[in-house]
Amino acid sequence: MKMIHAEKLVYEYDKRDEEGNVIGTNRAIDGVDIDVPQGSFVAVLGHNGSGKSTLAKHMNAILVPTGGTMWVDGRDTRDPAELWNVRQTAGMVFQNPDNQIIGTVVEEDVGFGPENLGVPTDEIWKRVEDSLRSVGMLEYRKSSPNKLSGGQKQRVAIAGVIAMEPKCIVLDEPTAMLDPNGRREVIRAVEKLRKEKNVTVILITHYMEEVIDADQVFVMDDGHIVMHGTPREIFSRVDELKSYRMDVPQVTMLAEELRKRGLDLPRGILRREELVEALCRLR
Amino acid sequence: MIRDITIGQYYPAESPIHRLDPRVKIVCTLLFLVSLFIQNSLPGYVIATIFLGCVISMSRVPVKYIVKGLKPIVILLMFTVVMNLFLTRGGDTLVHFWIFTITEEGLRTSVFMAVRLIYLVMGSSIMTFTTSPNGLTDGLEKLLRPLNKINVPVHEVAMMMSIALRFIPILLEETDKIMKAQIARGADFESGNIIQRAKAMTPILVPLFVSAFRRANDLAMAMEARCYNGGEGRTKMKPLRYKAQDRWAYVITVIYMIVIFAVGRFVPFKLWIF
Repeated sequence: MKMIHAEKLVYEYDKRDEEGNVIGTNRAIDGVDIDVPQGSFVAVLGHNGSGKSTLAKHMNAILVPTGGTMWVDGRDTRDPAELWNVRQTAGMVFQNPDNQIIGTVVEEDVGFGPENLGVPTDEIWKRVEDSLRSVGMLEYRKSSPNKLSGGQKQRVAIAGVIAMEPKCIVLDEPTAMLDPNGRREVIRAVEKLRKEKNVTVILITHYMEEVIDADQVFVMDDGHIVMHGTPREIFSRVDELKSYRMDVPQVTMLAEELRKRGLDLPRGILRREELVEALCRLR
Repeated sequence: MIRDITIGQYYPAESPIHRLDPRVKIVCTLLFLVSLFIQNSLPGYVIATIFLGCVISMSRVPVKYIVKGLKPIVILLMFTVVMNLFLTRGGDTLVHFWIFTITEEGLRTSVFMAVRLIYLVMGSSIMTFTTSPNGLTDGLEKLLRPLNKINVPVHEVAMMMSIALRFIPILLEETDKIMKAQIARGADFESGNIIQRAKAMTPILVPLFVSAFRRANDLAMAMEARCYNGGEGRTKMKPLRYKAQDRWAYVITVIYMIVIFAVGRFVPFKLWIF
């Protein structure tokens, strides 16, 4: 079963000069094919301006393709009749934690989505409690979002999406504005969700460390998908990654450098433990 | 300093006032504000003080916090007091000095005026302190629902209000940040006359507006992504239902209004403070 499926997806927007006259078109996404099976964890990598956020916005029907088709759980995102179903199926978490929290109390914010869906009151409370618990924010339910740290705010935003019971969560650079601690918090929350609720997770990011547990990794550059494979496959192609202005996790980098100097190490080492093990095996 | 503004903010706590229905709080606050204007005598103010005092102590919002909310109106307050003090004439002259004359009536008016203003702000901030903006919005929406019939977009207005309240602290923080950034670049906000100072605000206001628009854009997107589709077909997480406590609050406020009205009307003698 395909959760997200795109065929020859194209998104163009008008380029304008200072007076607002159209002087051409920009292709943010250019012929992207993507396939995400249900229940999997997919990461999309790319540096700034690679089109990865634009792609994410297509999964939630915030943007509709100008060419090609995007299906979310079998629904064409261009069909206006399916718009709200698509948005309920694929929940979206954005980059800036402050700009996506609507409520002034944590629990009210989490309840915002279900309220919009017309869920009965008792059910809303149950869902709010459940989703706050699953991101570990239940004890903050009565607090004001302004008093939370970035990582906590982002977890509340995730809970807000979970409360809508989506089949799929799209996280559009959820950690870009967080410190390392907040980043770890958020990634851990996402992992836990994936295991407990079996939701499909699509993580858009430019932090390599966050994608090593993914089932599939897509690398985007200039609107195209340029690399696709398991994290191990992707990270074994260090030079290619670098040509797309991507950094490689430090451990992988170190292993690669050592390999180039003649040490007999396997390609695509992702974790520190793996490197240690491989190094020990050398003797 | 800019973050000290507490007016309009929610103060989360568990108290009987917090638990009241927002509609009750809105209506009773309005009644309280009216009560400040239908009387102008010492007994009236004493009753208003007792009423406000009881509500504040029941609300468990620290008095210090409420007093901090008065900061933004200090200038207005002083202006009113000074104007009333010197311009109202009547009764015995207490002080006469060059062109300034302070009369008994002037002193009385200015003190009452100050108290009235302070109570006005305190009364309404008690409402915002004890009601979450969402509650406030829900309350307003429900109270104003009849206006829907004459095509007033009640839900939209209510939603806008609650979002505005949510973003006050964020924008204040941002202002603070921009101010510091501009000071670091040599901007001067402290010296010069009032016009120069107003002009010096430009490098703060422009980035602030730009960022506010960007935030608005992001927020609109986030709301749409969470299936926000206007007021129709929405359910409520916290639906408003009057309970016994709400009826009692109405009763108490109505009694208070009657007493105040009676005092303003039927206490014939003027009680002087001095």
